Amino acid sequence: MSITVQDVSNIILETLLANPKVPRDISGESKIIEDLAFDSLAVMNFVMEIEDKLDVSVPLDRLADIRTIDDLARAIVVLKQEA
Amino acid sequence: MNIFAKFDPLRKSLEQLKAISKRNPFDVVVERPLSATTGIIEGRETLLFGTNNYLGLSQSKEARDAAAHTAQQLGVGTTGSRIANGSFALHQNLEKDLARFFNRRSCMVFSTGYQATLGMVSTLAGKDDILFLDADCHASIYDGSRMSPAQVIRFRHNDAEDLRKRLRRVGNIPGAKLVVVEGVYSMLGDIIPLKDFTEVKKEENAYLMIDEAHSFGVFGEHGRGISEQENVEADVDFIVGTFSKSLGTVGGYCVSDHPEMDLLRLCTRPYMFTASLPPEVIAATIANLKLITEHPELRQNLMNNAKRLYTSLQKAGFRTGPHISSVVSVILDEVGHAAALWNRVLELGAYVNLSLPPATPDEHPLLRASIAAAHNFEQVDQLVEIYIQAVKDTGLSLAK
Repeated sequence: MSITVQDVSNIILETLLANPKVPRDISGESKIIEDLAFDSLAVMNFVMEIEDKLDVSVPLDRLADIRTIDDLARAIVVLKQEA
Repeated sequence: MNIFAKFDPLRKSLEQLKAISKRNPFDVVVERPLSATTGIIEGRETLLFGTNNYLGLSQSKEARDAAAHTAQQLGVGTTGSRIANGSFALHQNLEKDLARFFNRRSCMVFSTGYQATLGMVSTLAGKDDILFLDADCHASIYDGSRMSPAQVIRFRHNDAEDLRKRLRRVGNIPGAKLVVVEGVYSMLGDIIPLKDFTEVKKEENAYLMIDEAHSFGVFGEHGRGISEQENVEADVDFIVGTFSKSLGTVGGYCVSDHPEMDLLRLCTRPYMFTASLPPEVIAATIANLKLITEHPELRQNLMNNAKRLYTSLQKAGFRTGPHISSVVSVILDEVGHAAALWNRVLELGAYVNLSLPPATPDEHPLLRASIAAAHNFEQVDQLVEIYIQAVKDTGLSLAK
């Protein structure tokens, strides 16, 4: 059975909440840069962690269109389907 | 809408930095260099440990004489690009000298090191290709990747196994895979385990480009960098680098054995659409390349100084990077502490770099010193004493 956007979003939230610096009240609609106060480098490092958890590579050019956690989850599901 | 509104967060960051730092670290003025290792800053004679002048050649007599003579003979500029307005014979001479130095088929000289990496990365990686960049690669490499239509995948810093995993994950693709790494990484001075990378590159059938900006003239029996030191030059497809560190001038290059290199002169935009280096810079670079070739003791002096600084700092309780190279950084935890320390070091008579996140690995601020062959042990010891005094004066603790 293929992984859903909701599954991926949950994994991302779980990974983020493991970092004590991340606000506790985040959801799939949280904006990665504005709501998590991540700079560009922190975003790339966090995406690398998710990549390893889900065995997928998210090319950096795709990150430009991603604002929320759910956007990232949707992009990862598409990438997994393409693989 | 104010066109500058987007810079408000940057303005805020700068204001925050100015609130905790007496001086703006991005605005240091060397009023006059006195030698390769000392200069006047704020009216005081100051030790220069923040200039990347690894072999001290920015002040070499041979380069100065060559530049002055050439400016008198040929003028001070080329006023155009090499493909549109022609090359000087000197450009070709330098390319031949560099190709010979590296034992490579061909060399392309660029107007800056930034343009060399920008140009090579952006041009080599096309639409169907995938670029694999080390997480800590220099901004010029990341900027080049943004100019390229290729997909870009980042792998964990200096981790060849992580690269292998990511190369395998993409599987077979219609285009080529280009891996880009550096010999020595500029912030911590840490060195790539290059043999591991060339093994992965061969197994996974990828191309490999290495930026030897901080290792050229410093490592290897002849100064050809980490590729030479690790004896893997044959497995490296493209070596890029800069003239503005060991060679003491300005400019950049790419050397390679691939016969298609000449075609790249006609499609590499940062090479094509910019003025070529002025003749006096080329003449000075040729003179300094000759000095690097003829004076291996420069590398030995540099490494002796670097070892002395690195071990003395560790002994004094400072946290340093993992390797000894021409860059020796002290790793700190808080930007406020780092700024206070940096200001005090400057007041006590030494100029080093204050490197701040996000330009540094793992969000740590750094006091970054670059060592020169021209420094002597007395100056190195003085820098260590200044660091120790600055820690005392600012009331910081070195507890790890």
